[in-house]
Amino acid sequence: MTIVGICSFFVEGQGSTAEEGAGTCEVVEIAASTRRRKMGMVRWSKLYSFACLRTSTYEPSAAQELIGQPGFSRVVFCNEPHRHKRKPYKYPYNYISTTKYNVLTFLPRALFEQFRRVANFYFLLAAVLSLASLAPLSRASLIVPLVFVVGISMLKEAVEDWHRFLQDLNVNNRTVKAHASNGEFVDKLWKELRVGDVVKVNKDEYFPSDLLLLSSSYEDGVCYVETMNLDGETNLKIKRSLEDTLSLNEDEEFGRFKATVRCEDPNPNLYTFVGNLEFENESHPLSPAQLLLRDSKLRNTDYVYGVVIFSGHDTKAVRNSTRSPSKRSRVERKMDHIIYLLFSMLLLVSLVSSIGSSLLMKHDMDDWWYLQLPDDNKVPDLEGSDSKKEDLVKVLQAMLINKDIEMYDEAACKSVQARTSNLNEELGQVEMILSDKTGTLTCNQMEFRKCSIAGISYGGDTTEVDLAASKRMNADFEACQFSIGESDRISQSFEVSNFSAEKAVLGCPEVQDNANKGISRLSRTEEESVIKGFNFRDDRLMNKNWIHRSSLLEITMFFRVMALCHTGIPIEDDKIDKLRYEAESPEEVAFLIASQEFEFQFCRRTQSVMVLKEFDPSGKEVERYHFKVIFREYKLLNLLEFSSSRKRMSVIVSNEDGQIFLLCKGADSIIFDRLADNGRTYEQATTLHLSNYAEDGFRTLAFAYRIVEAAEYECWNTAFTKAKTTVGPEREELLEKASEMIEKDLILLGVAAVEDKLQKGVPECIDKLAQAGLKIWLLTGDKRETAINIGFACSLLRQDMKQFHLSLSREAESNNQVKAMKEEILHQIENSYKVMCEERNKEAPFALVIDGKAFEIALRGDVKDEFLQLAVNCASVICCRVSPKQKALITRLVKEYTGKTTLAIGDGANDVGMIQEADIGVGISGMEGMQAVMASDFSLPQFRFLERLLIVHGHWCYQRISKMVLYFVYKNVAFGLTLFYFELYTSFSGEVLYDDWYMTMFNVLLTSLPVIALGVLEQDVSSDVCLQFPALYQQGPRNVHFKWSRIIGWILNGVVSSLVIFLANIYILSPSAYRQNGYVADISSLGAITYTCIIWTVNCQIALITSHFTWIQHLSIWGSILLWYIFLVLYGALPPYLSGKAFHVFIEEIGPAPLYWMVTLLVVIVSLLPYFIHIVIQRSFNPMDDHIIQEMKYCFRKDDVTDNQTWIREQRNSQRSTRIGFSARVDAKIVIQRTVASKETINL
Amino acid sequence: MTNTDRERHRERETAFYLFTQQRLPACKPVLTPAWVVEIVERYDTECVPEPFRIDKVSYVQDDSIPKNCSLSLKVRKYMKAPIYIYYQLDNYYQNHRRYVKSRSDRQLLHGWKYHATSSCQPVEFNNNQPIVPCGLIAWSLFNDTFTFIRERAELKVNRKNIAWKSDRDHKFGKTVYPFNFQNGTLIGGGKLNPRIPLSDQEDLIVWMRTSALPSFRKLYGRIEEDLDADDVVVVHLMNNYNTYGFGGKKKLVLSTSSWLGGKNDFLGLACVFVGSSSVILAIVFMLLHLKSRRPYGDPSYLPWNRKSFSG
Repeated sequence: MTIVGICSFFVEGQGSTAEEGAGTCEVVEIAASTRRRKMGMVRWSKLYSFACLRTSTYEPSAAQELIGQPGFSRVVFCNEPHRHKRKPYKYPYNYISTTKYNVLTFLPRALFEQFRRVANFYFLLAAVLSLASLAPLSRASLIVPLVFVVGISMLKEAVEDWHRFLQDLNVNNRTVKAHASNGEFVDKLWKELRVGDVVKVNKDEYFPSDLLLLSSSYEDGVCYVETMNLDGETNLKIKRSLEDTLSLNEDEEFGRFKATVRCEDPNPNLYTFVGNLEFENESHPLSPAQLLLRDSKLRNTDYVYGVVIFSGHDTKAVRNSTRSPSKRSRVERKMDHIIYLLFSMLLLVSLVSSIGSSLLMKHDMDDWWYLQLPDDNKVPDLEGSDSKKEDLVKVLQAMLINKDIEMYDEAACKSVQARTSNLNEELGQVEMILSDKTGTLTCNQMEFRKCSIAGISYGGDTTEVDLAASKRMNADFEACQFSIGESDRISQSFEVSNFSAEKAVLGCPEVQDNANKGISRLSRTEEESVIKGFNFRDDRLMNKNWIHRSSLLEITMFFRVMALCHTGIPIEDDKIDKLRYEAESPEEVAFLIASQEFEFQFCRRTQSVMVLKEFDPSGKEVERYHFKVIFREYKLLNLLEFSSSRKRMSVIVSNEDGQIFLLCKGADSIIFDRLADNGRTYEQATTLHLSNYAEDGFRTLAFAYRIVEAAEYECWNTAFTKAKTTVGPEREELLEKASEMIEKDLILLGVAAVEDKLQKGVPECIDKLAQAGLKIWLLTGDKRETAINIGFACSLLRQDMKQFHLSLSREAESNNQVKAMKEEILHQIENSYKVMCEERNKEAPFALVIDGKAFEIALRGDVKDEFLQLAVNCASVICCRVSPKQKALITRLVKEYTGKTTLAIGDGANDVGMIQEADIGVGISGMEGMQAVMASDFSLPQFRFLERLLIVHGHWCYQRISKMVLYFVYKNVAFGLTLFYFELYTSFSGEVLYDDWYMTMFNVLLTSLPVIALGVLEQDVSSDVCLQFPALYQQGPRNVHFKWSRIIGWILNGVVSSLVIFLANIYILSPSAYRQNGYVADISSLGAITYTCIIWTVNCQIALITSHFTWIQHLSIWGSILLWYIFLVLYGALPPYLSGKAFHVFIEEIGPAPLYWMVTLLVVIVSLLPYFIHIVIQRSFNPMDDHIIQEMKYCFRKDDVTDNQTWIREQRNSQRSTRIGFSARVDAKIVIQRTVASKETINL
Repeated sequence: MTNTDRERHRERETAFYLFTQQRLPACKPVLTPAWVVEIVERYDTECVPEPFRIDKVSYVQDDSIPKNCSLSLKVRKYMKAPIYIYYQLDNYYQNHRRYVKSRSDRQLLHGWKYHATSSCQPVEFNNNQPIVPCGLIAWSLFNDTFTFIRERAELKVNRKNIAWKSDRDHKFGKTVYPFNFQNGTLIGGGKLNPRIPLSDQEDLIVWMRTSALPSFRKLYGRIEEDLDADDVVVVHLMNNYNTYGFGGKKKLVLSTSSWLGGKNDFLGLACVFVGSSSVILAIVFMLLHLKSRRPYGDPSYLPWNRKSFSG
């Protein structure tokens, strides 16, 4: 299968650059003509855009009739912003606010947000109850922690919102030139703009609001707009003003300009606009072509004039953005359930207590004269205690993630930023990654990588996959050799022969050499290529060596096509002799740079002449490698523009000798169809190379040329000119036919491969993520070919994959009948599914490529399920031409359909919807534009850091948080139940065994530090082991640490501990004396002793959980226990009316009693025994993967060699299940090689 | 005495000499179990004369009937002084919330000058005069008294230092005297001598330490003479306190004490149980380990090596 990427050659206007270029290039006539615009400037836009029809803008549209109806009632008085200060034409200022709160709403809304969380609400309930006189605990001890926890969370919210505010402030305070009066333009802040203002936007500036284009620096009112932030498409879009407003192209013109616009009301639809311009007593229909949208950028145009139509929150861009929902992690949501469970346990306990109390009161308590009971019936309430240390832990975790030096991008000086800290553990449970392409996986930069000229491929023959496969087989071989004992020599020799056969298949000695040198893409990406856009290494062509090649003619022609067939413009650079180029598509730039490197420097362009600085091989050799450099002028006769249907572009030039050439580049299939019989010499070889390049994910273009006889050209040119001047709908067809006439009988030169340069480390990262069992979907606004190329480049696709394509046939698309389209898509899905079911056993992975239009249909109600079922079963899914909204939609559907955790990653404003919709949104902060980052939960400087973020930090955080939450549950059950048991002994009166402040301190100080240490620092395995065994990540998606069985287990553990603690204490300490001098334990000493047992138990329990002890853990665990004693001593030293039950209790009463210490020891041992037995059984009979890996890592040190072998083998084994990614590709390659090899050995 | 004698004498005292002659001073531990002997005698029913047993409450509330009662206790084992005297109340909820809260620590320390005694409700004021000590706990002071006679001689009962020293020093004022105490219509428990400061009212101090459980002992005093086996101790007691209203039991306890406190079998049993089950578990695990031993760091346990694993 051959996939050819076709770049989009958009018409381009380079007025400004031409102007500068002309001045320095000393082309007098051009300079003269460009210096003064009015004298008739070079109309580049006209020159290149012959195909652009103006007729379309005049088509009367049915929608136009809607104006004035509801929904289309907006009236804008252009250049009269003051008229919009009063109703009914009062529209908002251009002020934008993305903050969640303002000063007034912060408190109520933030409080509401906080108490929407079950835990906090529970806390609030408890605090409210404490205000009632019945509460057993003092008010302070309940309210203080609540205020603390809620306060911290609210502070966090406030800080985050403050950042948003600053961002807004920055945007709002940008300035733009706005018309003041009498044609004077003054700087105005964005936020002060009003509807009706006339503004002048300069090159490379963002539009401050939605503008109606009036005129531009080009005479024909064209301007180029980059809409990356809106839809993610990287190519520029043309906007053009109405004919009638073209005259408004000077500042002075606006002194008396007045017009009225009637148009649609604000809406989020980016691609529609309906309106009318009433100007000079005439009404002109407006279309989206006149609308400049906020968040897009003016490109390649000096300036434009526009009038503000929608401002501030009315703009389409702002309407399109959704408010970021507050996200909650899966663990947190489950924790709600746990809190419900605990809460219901508590309610049950309270109910039992209340009923018991009231029953007792009715029957017995009347007799309890010592209580002097009044008549009113009191219902006591028992409080459990549950605190949220989690927030703090997550903030600390986020801090550690931010500080990770491994995720620091030195180039951009940026590091990872966890912007919302409450999703940390979700990072460990991601199952699906939805990724944007441009800016995320690729840098939007093209590099010339390889070429095949005259049937010979240059720029390295072997692919990285081959290299890695051969390396791997080497390693395999060694591993085999090792595992085979000395005695087994026969089989060993067999292995050896087998291996050499394999090596032979891999062929060329180059492979070995290269393997030895270690040049692979994986390492090559590390060293930055010296020339931007050119990453080509082949001594046969470099350094002018190409002149020694046999196929010199083809090579020269090839380079000429590269240097001439384009729409680019050279720009002077600081470096001597080297030029920089600007062209519409980055591929063209790459070609121009490449041709410059091959000494075919394109140095000037005028209206009809292109000048090349050529290196003349036919000329005399002055010195060794010093040939004559000559300037050659080529007359540009015609330019046959690229279009998506033609998929090719040609120029017709004549050289100084008057020879006319047609130089053509285009998609291989198109070019191959138009080859002359004598031009097919290299077709076969080239096709082979093409497929190789495509496999590597390169974008390929075929180059061909043809010599046109002067007579033929003349004849054709008249026809062509006629076609060009035709006005009417058939014009395009005629032009098509005309170009068809000349673009034939071509002679194939070869193909060039450019790489859409992946960001650093992307293939490795995807590989690791795939090994970790994550599915990666590529969602891109780009064309299908481009998307597939990138799919190959990042190993999401490979040649032996079964690809399903879902797309609409052209007929269905043009008919636009939903039902027919739906049926078509459904049919395709069913077919694919059938194939999938049949081939499932073969273990061949599947890939799904779906097109934006088809996508729209596939996501409709009834087709949705079938589509998602198919998509989920595919190893990789590539969606191309999807709109931002569709990105968000698919994210939501996948999330809902599969119920899996999704992560969306993107860099542009078009990814915002997806980022907000996904469970975790990740924004790439390296590129310009902060919208994605602002909407994201985590921001990364580069895609590759995702690997570490998920596999290391995600895994850790998931483990930590789940361990921590479970421990919370345990701790509070163990503690709270002792309170309940005591209730049983106090006739349910609500008296508490412990002092109020013990209880407050419990969660605040005495048991919190180890939990924080656990939550922040716990590691099951070290980070490099995490990366070596990405399969460990599966613990998260499979949720092994936070299953209900585990939760219940921990609750039971808590119940057992509480029972042991309470019963042991009361039976040992009561009723007889507990000290030598006959003193008996009263409520205060019994309370203190029991409490000591709890502190010891829960802190020792966490020591059992922790598997990673640093001094911080030691300090916090043992320090907490010590702290309890210190607290007890200090608190007890206060005067009796302050210290309550703790007065002198330690120093005088329990401290000197040996029984106290014995009880502590006994209780701690007994209450930890069940858990201890559990972990012993688990470890020895049913160990988890991290246990084994820990053991392998730490206990095989003695036998280093064995260690390495098993280590590496297991690493490989853990990867075997992957279907996508680089290693999988290598594996597949090995399998193929092996089968070939074995066949050969059989044949031998 | 000659010099040589003196030297010899000195020599005899050197450690070496003592060592060689095996006469080093020594202590000889006699490993006898430190028995804690405990006598528990329930007397609440016994001490109500036969005729009043139908309505014990009115008996106990009637001041005109003398509450004298005699018990004779037989000492089964030798009891070494000090022998602690406790009274034990069962089914008495001294830990009831309402009861526990009903006191004022500041008033106990500062006397009636301290006015904010709302926590003492409902025993706060009487005849518009503050009650010192206020609150239910003090009001319900236990007031049975015991005297012990052995062979016609009264045993000396030390009733000092039965309360914690910190309570006496810091919780109960040395200048605070009972005031307006038990003067109301409802009389709860014992009365206090208004001429003795609260810090010396040790019965009150002991009582004010509320117990944690509904069955509790409180220290009454110490007998500072040894009791031999088969001694008969006659207890004369005043059965004043009303436990009949709520069906509580009253017991008199005489107990010696070891370094671990009073007689308590639970600790020992728990230790034995935990110890033995630990040993059993250890053996079981050892056997299991020997039988099906998992090689350390065995990769076959890794999930991708298990058959059930599906990617």
